[in-house]
Amino acid sequence: MTRLLVRRFIHAVPLLFFISALVFLLIHAAPGGPLAMYLANPNVRPEDIERLRRALGLDRSLWLQYWSWLAAFVRGDWGFSFSDGRPVVSRVFERLPATIELMGVSIVCAIALTIPVGTWSAVRRGQWFDRLTSVASLVGVSLPGFWFGLVLQMVFAIGLGWLPSSGRSTPGAEDLLSHLLHLVMPTTVLAFVLAAGWSRYLRGSMIETVHQPFIAAARARGVPASRIVMVHALRNALAPLIAIVTVDAALLVSGAVVTESVFAWPGLGSLFTEALARRDYTVLMALLMLSSVAVVVFNVAGDLLHAALDPRVAA
Amino acid sequence: MMRLPAIVLAVLLGSAAAAPWLAPYAPDRIDLSSRRAAPTMGHLFGTDELGRDVLTRVLFGARISLAVGLLSALVAGASGVVIGGIAGYAGGAVDAVLMRITDGILAVPRLPLLMIVSVVLRPSVPLLILLIGLAGWMETARVVRAEFLSLGGRGFVESARAAGSGHLRVLSRHLLPNAAQAIAVSLTLAVARGILLESALSFFGVGVRPPQASWGNMLYQAQASLGTEPWLALAPGLFILVTTVSVSFAGDRLAGASRET
Repeated sequence: MTRLLVRRFIHAVPLLFFISALVFLLIHAAPGGPLAMYLANPNVRPEDIERLRRALGLDRSLWLQYWSWLAAFVRGDWGFSFSDGRPVVSRVFERLPATIELMGVSIVCAIALTIPVGTWSAVRRGQWFDRLTSVASLVGVSLPGFWFGLVLQMVFAIGLGWLPSSGRSTPGAEDLLSHLLHLVMPTTVLAFVLAAGWSRYLRGSMIETVHQPFIAAARARGVPASRIVMVHALRNALAPLIAIVTVDAALLVSGAVVTESVFAWPGLGSLFTEALARRDYTVLMALLMLSSVAVVVFNVAGDLLHAALDPRVAA
Repeated sequence: MMRLPAIVLAVLLGSAAAAPWLAPYAPDRIDLSSRRAAPTMGHLFGTDELGRDVLTRVLFGARISLAVGLLSALVAGASGVVIGGIAGYAGGAVDAVLMRITDGILAVPRLPLLMIVSVVLRPSVPLLILLIGLAGWMETARVVRAEFLSLGGRGFVESARAAGSGHLRVLSRHLLPNAAQAIAVSLTLAVARGILLESALSFFGVGVRPPQASWGNMLYQAQASLGTEPWLALAPGLFILVTTVSVSFAGDRLAGASRET
C-alpha cells in the first residue's frame, strides 16, 4: 500500500508540472498575452503598457515567469478577475458549494441507478432487460447533454410547468421543496450520463466475477443464488466501480460546464461559461488548472481506494 | 437490427452529400412573410426567426457536422497511431515520456480547453476540425501502444524479425494489420466525440459561426425561443442523437462487445 502510494505520487508530480506548463503556455499564446485587455483599450498609452509590462514582470524570461506564476498559484494567489477586479480565488470558492451539491446529488442518484441495473443485466445476461439497458446506456453515452437538458426544459418546465426551468432557487420562496425541485432536471441529465457508463462497467465486472472459482465454490456449498449475487459477486465487482466513480468525480470542477450552463445552475461550470463570454482569462485559466489538478488527484485517490478495497491490486 | 446503424449512417451521409439537390430551399433564403412558422407540408421542420427552412438548414448543417466528426477523427486517429505506435514499438524511455505527456493532456478537460482555444483563435471550419482532432489523439495512442506492446512479444513478430524483416516491414506487415480492429473501434469513438464536441462548441457560440449552419449552432439559436418555437431545437438535436447513437452502435458491434453468448 505504501509502495503504491509512493509510486503513484512519483507519477503524479511530473504530470502536475507538465499540466501547469501547458496551461501557462496557453495564456501566453493568447493574442496580446496577459495584457490583451490593455492593448485593446485606446486610452492606454504604449508607454503605460511598457511600464505595466515591467511592473508585472512580463519582461523577465518565460521560465522565471512560469516559476513565479506556479508559486503564486500553489499559495492560492490566482490573480484578479478581468471582468470585476475581484480575486479569482473568492470568485471560484463562492461557486464551489453549488457545484459540489449538484455533483454530489447526481453521483448518489447515478450509483443508485447503476447498482441494480448493472447487477440485474449481468444476472439476466442476454435477456430483454439486459438488451434494453444496453441500448439505454449506449444512448446515454452518445447523448448531447445540452440537448437533453433543453428537451427536459421544454417538456417539464415550459410545457407541463411542473419544474422550475433554471437556477438554484426561486427568489422569495427559498424553502427546501423549491430547492429540491430546482435540482431535479440538472441531476437527471448528469445522473443519466454517469449511470450509462458505470452500469456497463459494473455489468462487465459482474460477469467476470461470476465465472470465478469462489463463486462456484459458494454455489457448491449451497449458498442461495440471491446471496451469491448480492454478497459474494457484488462485493467483489464493487471495488473497481468505486475506483471509476472516484475518477469521474474529478469532473466535479469541469464536467458540469454544459449542464450547469443550460440550467443556469450557479456553480463552477456556469462561472466558466460566464468567464468565456467576457474573455476573463484569469478565471478561465484558474478553472482549467483546478480541474486538471482535480483529475490527477482523483485518479490517484481512485487507485488507492481500489487497492484498499481489493488487496490484490496493491501487489 | 444488425445492419440498422450502418444503413442510418449511409442515409445521413448520402443526404448530407446531396443536400443542394435534396433541400427544398436555399440554406440562406430569408422569407420574412413566414417567420417562426410551425412545421407544415411546405416546411416539414418549420422555419426559424428569419423564415429560413429548418429542414434545409439541418441538411446543410449535416455537411458541416458530419465533416467535422469524420475529419477530426481522421486527424485524431492518424496522430494517435503515430504517437502510440512510436511509444509501443520503441518502448523504454521514449514510451515513458510519450505516455506521461498523453496522461497529462488527458487530464486537462477537453471541452473547456477547446472552448478557451476557440475563443482565442475564432477558428474557421478547417481549423476547428484540426483543433478537435488534436484534442482527441490520446485514446487512440493508448490503444495502439497497448496493442503494439502485446503483439511485439508474440512469436510471429519475433520470427519475422529473426527472418530479417526491418522495422518498417514489421510495423506495416505485422503490427499495424493486427491492431487494425482496435484502431477502427477507437476511430468510431472519435467520430462520435468529434460530432458532440463540435455541437457543444457551436452551442456555446464558439464553434461554427452563423450564418453557416451546423447542428450545434442551430441549437444555440433555438435556445432563445424554446417556449414558442420548440421545433427549432428538436430537429437538429434529434439528428445529432441519431448520428452519435448509430456511430456508437457501429463501434460497439466492431468491438464485439455486444456479441452475446
